Amino acid sequence: MSNVISVSGVTKSFGRTRALDGLNLEVKPGEVHGFLGPNGAGKSTAIRVLLGLLRADAGTVRLLGGDPWADAVELHRRLAYVPGDVTLWPNLSGGEVIDLLGRLRGGFDETRKKELIERFDLDPRKKGRAYSKGNRQKVALVAALASDVELLLLDEPTSGLDPLMEAVFTECVAEVRAQGRTVLLSSHILAEVEKLCDRVSIIRDGRAVETGTLAQLRHLTRTSITAELATAPNGLRGVHRLRVDGNRVSFEVDADRLDEALRQLSASGVRSLTSRPPTLEELFMRHYQSEPAR
Amino acid sequence: MTGTVSLIRLILRRDRVVTPIWVLILAVLPIAQTTGIAELYPTEQELRRFAVSFAGPALEALYGPVTHWNAAALGVWRAGFTPVLLALASTLTVIRHTRVEEEAGRRELLGSTALGRHAGLSAALIVAALANLVVALIIVLSFVKQGYPAAGAVATGLNYAGVGMVFAAVGAVAAQLTESAGGARAIALSALGGAYLLRVAGDSAGLPALTWLSPIAWGQKLRPFAGEVWWPLVPSAAAIAVLLTAAYLMAGRRDVAAGLLPPRLGPERAAPGFASPLALAWRLHKGALFGWSAGFVLFGLVIGGAAGTAADAMAENRQLLEMMTRLGGSANMSDAFVAGVLSIFGIAVSGYAVQAALRMRAEETLMRAEPVLATRVSRAGWMASHLVFALLGPVVVLALLGVAVGLSAGAGAGDGVGDLVGQVPRVLGATLAQLPAVWSLAALAVALFGLLPRLVAVAWGALAAFLLFGQIGALLDLPSAVLDLSPFSHLPHLPGGEVTVAPLLVLTAISVALLAAGLYGFRRRDLG
Repeated sequence: MSNVISVSGVTKSFGRTRALDGLNLEVKPGEVHGFLGPNGAGKSTAIRVLLGLLRADAGTVRLLGGDPWADAVELHRRLAYVPGDVTLWPNLSGGEVIDLLGRLRGGFDETRKKELIERFDLDPRKKGRAYSKGNRQKVALVAALASDVELLLLDEPTSGLDPLMEAVFTECVAEVRAQGRTVLLSSHILAEVEKLCDRVSIIRDGRAVETGTLAQLRHLTRTSITAELATAPNGLRGVHRLRVDGNRVSFEVDADRLDEALRQLSASGVRSLTSRPPTLEELFMRHYQSEPAR
Repeated sequence: MTGTVSLIRLILRRDRVVTPIWVLILAVLPIAQTTGIAELYPTEQELRRFAVSFAGPALEALYGPVTHWNAAALGVWRAGFTPVLLALASTLTVIRHTRVEEEAGRRELLGSTALGRHAGLSAALIVAALANLVVALIIVLSFVKQGYPAAGAVATGLNYAGVGMVFAAVGAVAAQLTESAGGARAIALSALGGAYLLRVAGDSAGLPALTWLSPIAWGQKLRPFAGEVWWPLVPSAAAIAVLLTAAYLMAGRRDVAAGLLPPRLGPERAAPGFASPLALAWRLHKGALFGWSAGFVLFGLVIGGAAGTAADAMAENRQLLEMMTRLGGSANMSDAFVAGVLSIFGIAVSGYAVQAALRMRAEETLMRAEPVLATRVSRAGWMASHLVFALLGPVVVLALLGVAVGLSAGAGAGDGVGDLVGQVPRVLGATLAQLPAVWSLAALAVALFGLLPRLVAVAWGALAAFLLFGQIGALLDLPSAVLDLSPFSHLPHLPGGEVTVAPLLVLTAISVALLAAGLYGFRRRDLG
C-alpha cells in the first residue's frame, strides 16, 4: 500500500521569508507520525499545504493518493483537521460547531461524539466567545475524533490542554491507531511524541532534518562518557565536546564511533567509567539550537 | 488612571492613518460647502434664490432646517450630514479601543500590567475627545481665516464636537453592556440611527418637539451664522455627563471581558439543517440583515409620511416647480422629495453590501474560514454562501424600504386604498433601481477580496469617495469624468424621472465581471 502522505522537495515562500525549503515527508498507512520542530519551523505551513489551503511553490505533494490543491474537496471528505490556534464563531455554541464540522466532513458517529464530549469534560452549550483556549481546542478535537475519516491532521493539538485532558487525548489517539487510521501529529513537546508516535520527522527551517522510528533516532544520538584513566590520554579521535582535566576525560560520542572511542580509552588504562545513555532530548536540543543542522 | 497616557500613545500609534483622515475630511466639509456656495451665488439675492430653490423639504429632511440665507449658514446646513458621520466615527473609535480589545483578549494582557481599571476607557474617550477638538479647531480656524464671523465659526465647531462627544459617550456605555463588540456596535449605531430619525421626523413632519430628543438637533439649534444661541449646549453637556457617569459606574462594577447583559447558553446540539456553508452564513449574516431591515423600514415610514407635507410646501414654490420640471425631473413634488432622499439611502445600503461581502475577509483573517475549507466545502461554495447575503441582502433591504415608503406615503395622501396600490409599486421600482449601483460596490469588494485581499479597505474608500462626490462634487467643480466614476451618478431619478435601461445594464455587467474576477482570484490564491 502506498503512503498516505508523500511530500518531496516542497518549497513555499511568503514574500522574502522561506517557510518551507525542500521539505520531504512520508507518512505510512495506519501509523501515528510525529511532526516535530521548534516554533516557526514550518510545521503549520506544511499542514496547510497538505490541506490545499496554501499552494506549494515547487515540489510534489500527494495526500491519500490525490493532489491536495486540485482535489481538495474530494480529499477533505476523508480527513479531519485540528488547527493549532482554534477560533470559534462567537455566537455559535460548541455543540453546534461540532455538529457542523462533523456534517461538513464525511459524516460522524453520534454515540462516539457524546462519549468524547463526556471524556473531555466539555460543556457543549457554551457560546464560542465564552470558551477558554483549552476548551476551544477540545471542541475542534471532539469534532475531528468523532469524524468517520481515514486521516487526522492535528496541529499542536494539546497546546492548551491540562495534563488530565492530555492523558485523555493520548488514549483517544491510541484508539484511533487501533482502528487502523493514520495520524499526522505536529508538536514541539518531545514527551508527547515519545508516548504516541511510531515514527517521527524533525523539521527545522522548513526542511526535514531527521526522520525515522524512535529507535532509529535514538541510535543517532550521542552517548556521554566520563572516564578516569591511568595516564593522560594521547588524543582522542572521533569524539565531541572533549574535556581533559589531568587524567579525567569527558566527551560525547556518536553511536557508530563508540567502539573506537572505548578502544582508545582502554589503551590509556581505564580506572573508572560512567556512560550516560543517549536521550532524545539531546537530539532535539541539538536540532532546535540555531546552529546549522549538520 | 495609571497608564492612561501610555494607552493613549498606543491608540494614536494604531490609528495614526485612519483618524487623521476622517478628522481632516469631516472638518473641511463645512468650509468647503461654504466657499463653494459663496462662489456660485455671490450676491445676497442669488443666495436667497438658492435657499428657496435648492433647499426644499427633501434636503431639509436630510440635513435639518435652513436657518439663514447667508453663504456660511447655507454651507453649514448643506454639510448637515457631516456631524452624523463624526458621531459615527467617534462612537466606533471608542468601541474599537474598549470592547473590541476586551473581546480579543488583548485588554487582559494589558490589564495584568500596572494599569488602572479605567485606563482603557479613559484613553479611548480622551482620544475621541482630542479628535473632536481638532475637528472643532480646524472648523473655527478655517472660517475665521476666510473672514466669516468668529461666533458662527465657534458655534459650528461646538455643534460638531458636541454631537461627536455625545456619541463617543454613547459608545462608552454600549461597550459596557455586551460581551461582543458586534453587540456593542449594534447598540451604539441604533442609538445614532434613532437620534437621526427623531430629527428627520421632527423637522419634516412638523413636530419640532421631537427634535428636542435628538442630540443631532441640539447642535443645529446653536444656529451658527444665523444669530447664535448658546444654551442648547446645556443638554449636550448634560447628556455627555450622564452617559460618562453611567459608563464609569458600569465599568467599575463588572469583570474584565464580561458584559452587563448576561451571556446566554446555546443549544447542546445543532439543528438538523445546520449542515451547509449556507446555513453557517445565515447564522453569521442574519443579525446585520435584520438590523438594516428594521432601520430602513423605520426610515421608510418616516420619509413616506413626510413626503406629503413636503409636497405641500414645495407646491407653493412656483420657481422650484419650474426648475424641477426643467431638469427633467417629475413635476410631482412628492416624487421629487422621495427621489432626493432615496439617492442617499442607496449609498447607505451599499455600506451594508460592502460590509456583508467583506465578512469573508473577516472570516479568513480570524482563521474561521480555514476549518470550514478543510472540510468538503469548496472555495466557490463557501464564497457563494456569503455572496447570497452581499447581493440579495440589499434586495431585501431596498424592497422593504420601498414598501415602507410607499405604504406610508400612500396612507398620508389620504385618497384611500387606490393610492396605496398605486404608490407601493412605483416607490418599490425606485428603490430597486438602486440595486445595480449597490451591487457594483459589493462586487468591487469581492474582486478585491479575491485578487488583492490586503487592500479590501479600498472598497470602503471608494464608497466614501462616491458619497463625497454626491455631496460636494458639483460645488468643487470636479470634471464630469471623475464624477462619472461613481455608479450612483448613472442611476435614474426615480420615482417620477425617466428610466434609461442602458446604464443599469452596464453597471450590472460590470458587477458580474468583478464578481467573476473575485471568484477566479480566490480559487487560486493562498488562504490566510
